[in-house]
Amino acid sequence: MKNPLESLPNTVLMGVILTVIMVAVLAAIE
Amino acid sequence: MYLFDEIWGQFMIRWLHVGSGVMWIGLLWYFNFVQIPNMPKIPDEQKPAIGKVIAPAALFWFRWAALATLVTGLVLMAWTGDILDTMTLGIVGAAEDAFVLKHTAIGIGMWMGIIMAFNVWGVIWPNQKKALGMVEVDADAKKKAARTAMLYSRTNTLLSIPMLYAMVSAQNIY
Repeated sequence: MKNPLESLPNTVLMGVILTVIMVAVLAAIE
Repeated sequence: MYLFDEIWGQFMIRWLHVGSGVMWIGLLWYFNFVQIPNMPKIPDEQKPAIGKVIAPAALFWFRWAALATLVTGLVLMAWTGDILDTMTLGIVGAAEDAFVLKHTAIGIGMWMGIIMAFNVWGVIWPNQKKALGMVEVDADAKKKAARTAMLYSRTNTLLSIPMLYAMVSAQNIY
């Protein structure tokens, strides 16, 4: 399987998803 | 007189932190959004202009900006007395309530930044030296080093997105 980090759009998408998860965790512990 | 007092000194360190961070992440995004995707489009005889001139110069400012960002960030947190609260994500420290979101948010950003700085100095730079021919290795090792450097550079691009959210949100909304 191809490493998803080889694709720049996939990298940005994963970065955005990680951000959304982080924001959700911060909202949950607020 | 606000000049040269403690608040101003901390602001100066923060200013240097943001400035070196802009250079670091700016060059990281240059590598990922501009240089790497366009290298295949450059004719072979012109590739040394990038490999021998532009990339080494960009890597010089990239790695030293990364170190400057890390050092100014840690100095600032030590000076303001927030280093324990932030490094423990607001769980442990002087703050009265657990999970003070400002500390949690900036702590997440700090750990991402620390991982990214380690990637720069521990993985990307040593592998780029091989990939760009600054250190002599055989063709296979050179190819492998270029791939490793690229994947860690991509990892840092991925982390830069939530890292910036964490840093800026800690300053503005928490």
